[in-house]
Amino acid sequence: MKLDHIRNFSIVAHIDHGKSTLADRILEVTETLSEREMREQVLDTMELERERGITIKAQAVRVAWHGHQLNLIDTPGHVDFTYEVSRALQACEGALLVVDAAQGIEAQTLANAYLALENGLESVPVVNKIDLPQADPEGTAAEVAELVGEDESRIVLISAKTGEGVEAVLDAVVERIPPPEGDPDAPPRALVFDSSYDQYRGVVAFVRMVDGRFSTRQRVRAMAAETRFEAEELGFFSPFRSPTETLEAGEVGYVVTGLKDVSRLRVGDTLTAEANPAAEPLPGYKDVKPTVFAGLFPTDSDDYPDLRDALEKLKLNDASLFYEPESSQALGFGFRCGFLGLLHMEIVRERLEREFDLDLLVTAPNVAYRVQTKAGEEVEVHNPADMPSEIEAVEEPYIRASTIVPKEYVGSVMELNNDRRGRFHHMEYLSEERVLLAFDLPLAEIVYDYYDQLKSRTRGYASFDYDVLGFEPGELVRVDVLLAGDPVDALSLIVHRDGAYARGRALVERLREEIPRQLFDVPVQAAIGSRVIARETIKAKRKDVLAKCYGGDITRKRKLLERQKKGKKRMKQVGAVEVPQEAFLAVLGLDGEKR
Amino acid sequence: MTDGAPGGVRHLYVHLPFCAHRCGYCDFVTVVGRRGQHAAYVDALLAELELERRLLDETVETVYLGGGTPTFTEPAALRRLLAALPAAGETTVEANPETVASDLARLLRAAGVTRVSLGAQSFQPKLLDVLERRAAPGDVRRAFYSLRDAGFDNISLDLIYGIPGQSSSDLERDLAEAIALGPEHVSAYELEAKPGTRFTHAYGDELRRQGESMEGYFELVVETLVGAGYRWYETANFCRNGRQSRHNLAYWLGRDYLGLGVGAVSTVGGVRWRNSPRLPGYLAALAAGRRPEREEEPLDTWVRRQERLILGLRLDEGVPLAAVEGAFDRDALARLEGLGLAERREEELALTARGRRLGGGVTAALMVENPAKSTI
Repeated sequence: MKLDHIRNFSIVAHIDHGKSTLADRILEVTETLSEREMREQVLDTMELERERGITIKAQAVRVAWHGHQLNLIDTPGHVDFTYEVSRALQACEGALLVVDAAQGIEAQTLANAYLALENGLESVPVVNKIDLPQADPEGTAAEVAELVGEDESRIVLISAKTGEGVEAVLDAVVERIPPPEGDPDAPPRALVFDSSYDQYRGVVAFVRMVDGRFSTRQRVRAMAAETRFEAEELGFFSPFRSPTETLEAGEVGYVVTGLKDVSRLRVGDTLTAEANPAAEPLPGYKDVKPTVFAGLFPTDSDDYPDLRDALEKLKLNDASLFYEPESSQALGFGFRCGFLGLLHMEIVRERLEREFDLDLLVTAPNVAYRVQTKAGEEVEVHNPADMPSEIEAVEEPYIRASTIVPKEYVGSVMELNNDRRGRFHHMEYLSEERVLLAFDLPLAEIVYDYYDQLKSRTRGYASFDYDVLGFEPGELVRVDVLLAGDPVDALSLIVHRDGAYARGRALVERLREEIPRQLFDVPVQAAIGSRVIARETIKAKRKDVLAKCYGGDITRKRKLLERQKKGKKRMKQVGAVEVPQEAFLAVLGLDGEKR
Repeated sequence: MTDGAPGGVRHLYVHLPFCAHRCGYCDFVTVVGRRGQHAAYVDALLAELELERRLLDETVETVYLGGGTPTFTEPAALRRLLAALPAAGETTVEANPETVASDLARLLRAAGVTRVSLGAQSFQPKLLDVLERRAAPGDVRRAFYSLRDAGFDNISLDLIYGIPGQSSSDLERDLAEAIALGPEHVSAYELEAKPGTRFTHAYGDELRRQGESMEGYFELVVETLVGAGYRWYETANFCRNGRQSRHNLAYWLGRDYLGLGVGAVSTVGGVRWRNSPRLPGYLAALAAGRRPEREEEPLDTWVRRQERLILGLRLDEGVPLAAVEGAFDRDALARLEGLGLAERREEELALTARGRRLGGGVTAALMVENPAKSTI
């Protein structure tokens, strides 16, 4: 296909603004799928994605429209996956910016609009769900026009649900989004914007051909990784895999590499031909770093190998997942995992539990800290238990949080952010009713019970998004929890000095409630170093006997005691104290009420 | 299997299941009424005794008639039974107060009974009502004096605490009443919600709720009785002047015992068996000269050692280390010693007073898992 007949575009939208429905409708209108093949939201293939109504893995589908080849590159719709969005956007020349006519612009919409702008994409603003009774198409169109600096008449009003306006969207893609630029005769260069793993065919790279062409069976080289392989199959998605003989400049498609090791082909790398290599690779992507960390432990220690295998498998399809073995005195063997954000963490956890049938204990999430030790070393700490005791300075990640709320909630959000060590950045009225609030906050404050608080203080009307700003020094301390004098490594926390007392108090009180009384008094303490900041005592039991035991019931009494013994074995042992799993679960799930 | 079991058993239990009424909390094998069957039942018991006699040692140390309500048994049948049982240093009969008049007390005494265990449970009408006991408080005292008058110098009183509606001052009063009678022995049990009983159905939730206050009740029982000069020789048993229940002590010391009667349990050598709890089947089998149906449970050396540990730790005297070798965890012992819950005395293992109050948990901590089982 000639370059000027190709259009590559994404749809960016806030969750639930109808991105997937629009994608479905495009497949239908372009007759890419027969009605029989048409399933609801075909682009979201994972069960979890369907349930949550979000897309995690980007996919690329090719459709035909009035003699043009349109490649629709799907993107995830959540802040945690901004990185994946940006990868997808680099493979495009334009983006449909979809906004819900009933909801208006959301924080995510802004982030996506800016992302599209940064990537030099042509935005086609679309107001969706105009069929809803509570929709305000004109008002929303005005907001969007203001945001992207377009005339209101250029905003396409549609209902992806009924199909109204979808053809106009496709026409707008052809008319407004520029065709790809590239040299069809140059040595081939293809940008890997995503990959998936197929257990039979190995790594499948999703690529955007920039220059030249690839043919099936051609020897290919990944320029950064220096990995060489044969293009076993080339093709595009329709939305099923459709093999082709060649991929040409400007096109989007896939390359079956046969590689069995995902680490040998990184997203962002440039593929070229072995025989006819390009001189320069394409500009790649920045390497994303996980921002949120948590320990994952199997509730049954026998499941450790299964957890390891499951993480390995997830990693194949989720390059951003980071994990390393961790062992805790209290929780046994597990993994310290790094995630792009809280939602990413939730999704990984749910996939492990659902797809791999594992029961997990997840420690309280924390962020990465940069620590300067007294010895002058710089270390990055992912686990509060690893925080050195002799500290010169600690830095923690900060974010810029954008919150959009109806104006009556401005005070509530300000108060919440001030409580969370936030610094006001700016405020603007998006319309008469809706206000954008920008605050700089420590990421650690978002990780702990922020979303629920924001939701309840704004009655669910707030929309929230953030960008990571960088590291800043903070007055941070490590709070340890001790049971009968022994530290419980899995419960250590790093918190701001001002919040340490309250968090320590809450933890200690909760533990006292959750840990059953033992054969001896158990002091429960929260401490900063050797200084105890909160203390409770679990009083010893005073009676634990089987009332009577005579010749007729010795067997039954023996079995009762054997059962009691077995019950003890299921407990986690912290020093001399037996702690039921449920106590850890309850404490790790400590909610905001106790704050 | 019992054919090959060794003889030498010195402890005999005889079960008499008949009761005038089945109390709501009871889960023993009991049969209400059936006066017409008492004689036939005694025939069956004696037939069973003949079938098992060779298991017994020439010297039988203790005989224990339990129930049911042994003293509810028709007097002629009871007399015939007692006459036929081997003579023993201690022969105990369980009795309900309302069944003990001076005639019966004299009958028992004349038949060679040396000890009576009187199921008083409480001295307060409202609590006896809750338990569905038929005796009135006056009956307990009357029965006690009848026994004393008949010459019994070894009487035990059973008390129950944790009865729904029982305040701690109610318990104090019950203890004071019991002590005032001056029995040689007191058994004090916490009321248990045994699965499947009417009582559990009616009061189960209440018993669960009061679990924590029972700690104080148990302490009150131990402190009061010890204060009155009783020796707290077993978790739930107290005695004066060395008058332990020698029969029950045999269980706690892991000795062999033979049980006769419907639902009775025996432990001889490496086997424990339990007779069928069904009365018609029991009577029919023995009428035909056969043993009743039994459930058997083999007990290997390891299990017997474990039981020796479990039972022995209920006593104030220690368990010889050699008798429980391999059945307890030495590290756990060291830990429990550190906590002041257990102690090693010479070549013995024992719990401290505080350890005994926590005997269940402490024992579970000391136990090791059966090595034979864990290899399966």
